[in-house]
Amino acid sequence: MQFARSLLLSAAVALCATAAHAQYSGGTVKIGVLNDMSSLYADIGGPGSVLAAQMAADDFTATHKDLKVEIVSADHQNKPDVGSAIARKWFDQDGVDAIADVPTSSVALAVADVVKEKNKVFLISGAATSDLTGKACTPNNVHWTYDTWMLAHGTGTAIVKQGGDTWFFLTSDYAFGHQLEADTSEVVKANGGKVLGAARHPLNTSDFSSFLLQAQASKAKVVGLANAGGDTINSIKQASEFGIVQGGQSLAGLLLFITDVHSLGLQTAHGLLFTTAWYWDLNDPSREWAKKFAAKHDGKYPTMGQAGVYAAVLHYLKAVSALKSDADGKAVVDEMKKLPTDDQLFGKGTVRVDGRVLHPAYLMEVKKPEESKSEWDLMKVRQTIPADQAFRPLSEGGCPLVKG
Amino acid sequence: MFALLGIPPQALFGQLLIGLINGSFYALLSLGLAVIFGLLNIINFAHGALYMMGAFFAWFLLQYLGLSYWWALILAPIGVGVVGVILERLFLKQLYKLDHLYGLLLTFGMALVIEGLFRNKYGSSGLPYQMPSALSGGRNLGFMFLPNYRAWVVLVSVSVCLLTWYVIERTKLGSYLRAATENPGLVQAFGVNVPRMITITYGFGVALAAFAGVLAAPIYQVSPQMGSNLIIVVFAVVVIGGMGSIMGSILTGFALGVIEGLTKVFYPEASNTAIFVIMAIVLLIKPTGLFGRAH
Repeated sequence: MQFARSLLLSAAVALCATAAHAQYSGGTVKIGVLNDMSSLYADIGGPGSVLAAQMAADDFTATHKDLKVEIVSADHQNKPDVGSAIARKWFDQDGVDAIADVPTSSVALAVADVVKEKNKVFLISGAATSDLTGKACTPNNVHWTYDTWMLAHGTGTAIVKQGGDTWFFLTSDYAFGHQLEADTSEVVKANGGKVLGAARHPLNTSDFSSFLLQAQASKAKVVGLANAGGDTINSIKQASEFGIVQGGQSLAGLLLFITDVHSLGLQTAHGLLFTTAWYWDLNDPSREWAKKFAAKHDGKYPTMGQAGVYAAVLHYLKAVSALKSDADGKAVVDEMKKLPTDDQLFGKGTVRVDGRVLHPAYLMEVKKPEESKSEWDLMKVRQTIPADQAFRPLSEGGCPLVKG
Repeated sequence: MFALLGIPPQALFGQLLIGLINGSFYALLSLGLAVIFGLLNIINFAHGALYMMGAFFAWFLLQYLGLSYWWALILAPIGVGVVGVILERLFLKQLYKLDHLYGLLLTFGMALVIEGLFRNKYGSSGLPYQMPSALSGGRNLGFMFLPNYRAWVVLVSVSVCLLTWYVIERTKLGSYLRAATENPGLVQAFGVNVPRMITITYGFGVALAAFAGVLAAPIYQVSPQMGSNLIIVVFAVVVIGGMGSIMGSILTGFALGVIEGLTKVFYPEASNTAIFVIMAIVLLIKPTGLFGRAH
């Protein structure tokens, strides 16, 4: 009965699409920003991502006055069941057409299933697992910003080349941590290094002393932190307390956001090497956008995840406007893959057939306290990785959408 | 010597010591909870939020007044203790005649409000707090590297715990407190100001939580959710130790810290759940807790 009604509705909408002006489901394009609003990942995305999405909507409707865009948001609390329940309710009852952000890879994988089932669009920015464009790819996913493969290859290769050839991992015990550890181990081994062990800790752990002790006992040259947000901050802080670096080992923060570095302070974090997809101080257009963002966000500068939400929503609206419809998610994503991406943050890029968005990556180093000229002037670029090398080759992902 | 299940003995001793250090945090926090529950019969869910306020108070003192960690150790418990007293006078006082559960709901609500306010202002990543230079660095004990600060935490926690236990169980003031909660009417008839005793006790429990917060600030990131992560474990400790028993919660805190440390060595993925498994077992065998008295 439900299926027949939705079939009838789609037929009615399809007929309406032949009319002179565009017909969007419910009259507006509704985008839902779903992320962690209250716990350890809240600063990485959180309300900032909602602001980024709103800025994208405002910028686009300023030049396309026939489009009405509404942004809604919710807190998935880092729980896959909560995330997929919210997604379902949004699609079934609230007329949401696309979901954006979704950090916490386990939630992203669950939501991707719901998006595919309902044939909507998934604009992924915060989630990390490379499976979203690999084994778990769908025709409705578009994966912006970063993923575990990019982080592993950017940071891992640089560190192994510097001499860090034995690794011990501190891994967050869920989808993201496991994938990041797996991708980085692959890089280490491919460059002639060895992985001496890993300690898997529960998500949102505050005390890392016992894991750091295991890392010290392993005598690995590099302690790789396959975790994020509050977990990474505590790991780094306690690593300095336990004299990990003084003892001759080095720390590899595999996933760091500007908010983590700001929270740690340059005294503790200087010298850390990590890979990012975007930083506010890269070029003038980025600086200008970041200042606009900070003015509306309590002076806090945007993270790469939030920048990704802006770019993803902008490109989505371009595709929807070109098609003059938001009803068929797969069709909109196909249009997003046809159109080249171009925004003031990531510049020109493309969306690949597996959903992966290609843009350059940057190897960053955290500045020393004396090198920083303002509160958010926290890192410098060590190396730019061009877009065609930053992400996993199409053939290696195992995505069923890639033919041949 | 022997290698237990593939772990060399040195690594094991190191983990046991770390477990003891973490146990001292649990002991200090559960002491405050046990004092408040044992003497006042209030299930204080706001304990984690007050611990967090202690850490933030230390940060405020450093950031805005330039006062160091040593000042914070004294001023933060007093400051947050005053806040606790205000909360008790305004809200908790109304609930003493009612069921325990109303107190639980109220303090849980207070915790959510306090954490939400702080998160709104400061974000969830937290704020940096440098370790005092006198306590930084560490010494190599042979089987592990022991940071000086962690050694300091154990010493201070044990001292404060023993001092508190002594005051409550062995001094006249403590006996008044214990009598006032067992039979408030009778004690009031003797001329002791029972409501004031109760307020002071709550303020003292809160001050203990804030003290633990200051101890935590240099090693755990000062963030609005630092309390919510810890409070559930601390409740489990108090329940296992026996909800009324002061010494019970101290000993259980240390013991569970060690057990959690061992779990982190052999099966770290379960380190979050080990304490709750033990709580379930203890409750099945001895519902009043290991050292508890039936209320």
